[in-house]
Amino acid sequence: MSFVGLGPEEETRMLKDIGVASFDELLGALPKKARLERPLAVPGPLSEIEQRRTFGAWAAENTAARAVSFMGAGAYDHFVPAAVNAIAMRSEFATAYTPYQPEVAQGSLTAIFEFQSMIAELTGMDVANASLYDGATAVVEAVLLARTQTGRSGVVVAGALHPHTIEVLRTYLDGQGLTVVADRGGVASVDDVRATLGPDVACVVYQYPNFFGLIESPAALHEAAHAAGALAIAACDPIALALLEPPGSSGADMAVGEGQPLGNYPSFGGPALGFFACRQSLVRRMPGRLTAETVDRDGKRGFVLTLQTREQHIRREKATSNICTNQGLLALRATVYMGLMGKEGLRDVATLCVQKTHWAAAEAAKLPGYRLAHAAKFFREFALECPVPARDVIAAGRAKGVLAGVDLGRFKKEWERWLLVTVTEQRSREEIERWLDALRAAAAPNAARASDGTKVAR
Amino acid sequence: MNLERRLLNEQGGPGHRGPSLPACDVPVRPLAELLGAASLRDTLAFPQVSEPEVVRHFIELSTLNHHIDRGFYPLGSCTMKHNPKINDEIAALPGFAQAHPLAADEDSQGALRVMWELQKILAEITGFAAVTTQPAAGAQGEMTGLLMIRAWHRSRGEGAKRTRVIVPDSAHGTNPASVHLVGYETVTIASGERGTVSVDALRAALDERTAAVMLTVPNTLGLFEPSILDVTRIAHEAGAQVYMDGANLNALVGLVRPGDLGFDLMHINVHKTFSTPHGGGGPGAGPVAVAAHLVPFLPVPIVEDKGGRLSLTSDRPHSVGRVHSFHGNFGILVRALTYILGLGPEGLRQVSRTAILNANWLMRRLARTYDLPYPEACMHEFVLSGRGLRKYGVKTLDVAKRLLDFGVHAPTVYFPLIVEEALMIEPTETETLDRLEHFAEAMEQIAEEARTDAERLHDAPHTTPVRRLDEGRAARELKLRWGGAAHTTPKANAEPVAR
Repeated sequence: MSFVGLGPEEETRMLKDIGVASFDELLGALPKKARLERPLAVPGPLSEIEQRRTFGAWAAENTAARAVSFMGAGAYDHFVPAAVNAIAMRSEFATAYTPYQPEVAQGSLTAIFEFQSMIAELTGMDVANASLYDGATAVVEAVLLARTQTGRSGVVVAGALHPHTIEVLRTYLDGQGLTVVADRGGVASVDDVRATLGPDVACVVYQYPNFFGLIESPAALHEAAHAAGALAIAACDPIALALLEPPGSSGADMAVGEGQPLGNYPSFGGPALGFFACRQSLVRRMPGRLTAETVDRDGKRGFVLTLQTREQHIRREKATSNICTNQGLLALRATVYMGLMGKEGLRDVATLCVQKTHWAAAEAAKLPGYRLAHAAKFFREFALECPVPARDVIAAGRAKGVLAGVDLGRFKKEWERWLLVTVTEQRSREEIERWLDALRAAAAPNAARASDGTKVAR
Repeated sequence: MNLERRLLNEQGGPGHRGPSLPACDVPVRPLAELLGAASLRDTLAFPQVSEPEVVRHFIELSTLNHHIDRGFYPLGSCTMKHNPKINDEIAALPGFAQAHPLAADEDSQGALRVMWELQKILAEITGFAAVTTQPAAGAQGEMTGLLMIRAWHRSRGEGAKRTRVIVPDSAHGTNPASVHLVGYETVTIASGERGTVSVDALRAALDERTAAVMLTVPNTLGLFEPSILDVTRIAHEAGAQVYMDGANLNALVGLVRPGDLGFDLMHINVHKTFSTPHGGGGPGAGPVAVAAHLVPFLPVPIVEDKGGRLSLTSDRPHSVGRVHSFHGNFGILVRALTYILGLGPEGLRQVSRTAILNANWLMRRLARTYDLPYPEACMHEFVLSGRGLRKYGVKTLDVAKRLLDFGVHAPTVYFPLIVEEALMIEPTETETLDRLEHFAEAMEQIAEEARTDAERLHDAPHTTPVRRLDEGRAARELKLRWGGAAHTTPKANAEPVAR
């Protein structure tokens, strides 16, 4: 295929207009000995027909093409309304650049303003930005802001933060100053957290609901952080915030998170959608792009990117972050989603998740050998302790067209019998029953084992 | 009632609903019992609007945007080329869109295949040993690259002393910002008089404290560094690593490979060179390609081929760690691979060849009307100066705003910083000669208007959905959301203000 619209005669004319005899004359600055004199060793070309065939076969190799998902841990299979896809596929949104010329970008800018408004409302914070890469880097940016704001360097993670988020934090912080306070029974212990807080701690970070799906106590964590002069950062799930008290209402300084559940697909983990909300007093240290309302010369309402002096293209090494390209189109999808679902629809989504997850958990706990790993209250995700390694349950699910959950053994050896299960509003009772069948099959004495065949004692 | 341009919170009202959900098919229990009464929020002040009205709202908004499918978009350094529609269709295949990042390797072979193939191909295009596709954007690629450089110096016992990164004054702002993020110090060197790196200035800046040199090739003036082989050689002699900012890779594909020029690593903006849509500000993807000595430091997990079966592994003791929640912007990587395989080797070479031809033609044509500070043959983009219009009281900003009236987007303006009143123009290979001529005529007419009717430029744009916006007021009032501060009920569904 080719997307070039230039014929040989036009090329000749252009070279003549430029004043060169051949194209190669334009490459005089390229060192001859380093020039590539052979074709690139790249397959193709493929026509669209062949692209569909090749990629269609690859896509079909993923079990997700034919199984229903009970997987979460940061990437969720929520309902995506048809109207979200129809609007987000429009060239006007998809093929525009960052809105640097606001007169011809009011569509994107207005949508960003609406995104900021709804994320701020959802989190209970004063302001939100236009998006960051993903949930993990949103936590990183919040931590970096806390360090600058407080002039302190310590970072305390309270309880079950997503292990990948902790890994990304370690990468960005060069492993310095990070303390992870282990959970007790799955949730953060405020006393344990308090014991680690000293004059060098910049912030306390927790996840809400946490990595295991459990509901933390935000107010107590905020209070503990503030008592030590540290900032409180909540990494939250946006669907949960339709029902749960938002972190902003009990004093969080920043509420960040992964916005994928809002109208976006899991897509093997990316593109994802980091969101970032904070108190008004931190706005000038915020990372990323911000849109503000203003008027044009005729007094007509319009929107522009603002406080660009925080950003790298103006401030260079003094910028609040190095972020440039972010996740515009995913933020647009989230905006359309929130607009469509609205106040009631979003609460209905969350409520269905809660009901179905709790029913699935209760039914699973009735099966011999299965029990919930934690006693605390949970939202739409729970860790299920299995009689066999979680990967065996996943293998049994595969045979029944079910992605049964996330094998927590991939994070920690001692969690190898823990299956992290998510039930979204998309799952029907029939599908949950199929999932329960997979659990039964995995626990059956003669079940085929994906692993070594030895049944784990319980 | 004025129905035009209302925000979502100014529409609809109680009882207006979007898509419905299935009835609950499991026994319902009280939420307060399941979640804890104290945990429940009282209110959610969200819009309540019907689906038809939400659709109309966003369709109306969409008509206010300029975009590449509508017209010319010559933003320098942004590579606004055609975004093939097949890319989006492929990324939306359920097997890709629904794939879960924590599924077992055997449930993810297709997704891993896409990453593996793309990594191999990007390594071939750039002339490097291996590629990570985890960074989510160019700036994150820069940071990841700098972390690998730091890890490499540490592995040689030079981590503590090498803390500086040399960056030319023509660099993108992300370069110094990324340098700062990893705890290094930026040393800025002035460009030589021909706009490229002065080898003498570089030599003077290099010492045993230098961790790396970061260069954009071609640079932001669109010029290829003629001394590039000397630059990479003397940097290496000083013990430094040489990083290439790949924002302008669209000029080099199939012609020359950064790995063959002596670079140690680079990032690739797939949303530029490899045609994935810019999305109004992302998502992009910023893979990093590295030479063999940096392979041990790649972020985890990496994809491995074990006899035809692909798997992810994090068992990499020297890795800089993870930089993304999962595997980077996979959906964007699918699009890039679709594009690359669609073009094949010859199609890829035509990309850069035509991008260079288009840029040079447009540059020579516009040099008749505007100042061209660096008259050498350019690569895929070039920079004009609007300083010649100053005598009429016209600024580059006025030229940019007036261009919008012609149905084309403005170039990148006031960048690079080393050219006064800069207009940075990148036509890309997907524009036809007709389009280039139309743009040139618009630029020429604007220059004429500067002489005869400067007011017309000061008042521009005239035909856009809004006129020039008050950015000062936006920054002063800082109204960043509807409804005011948190915890107050927004004026949901209030009557729209007549405009």
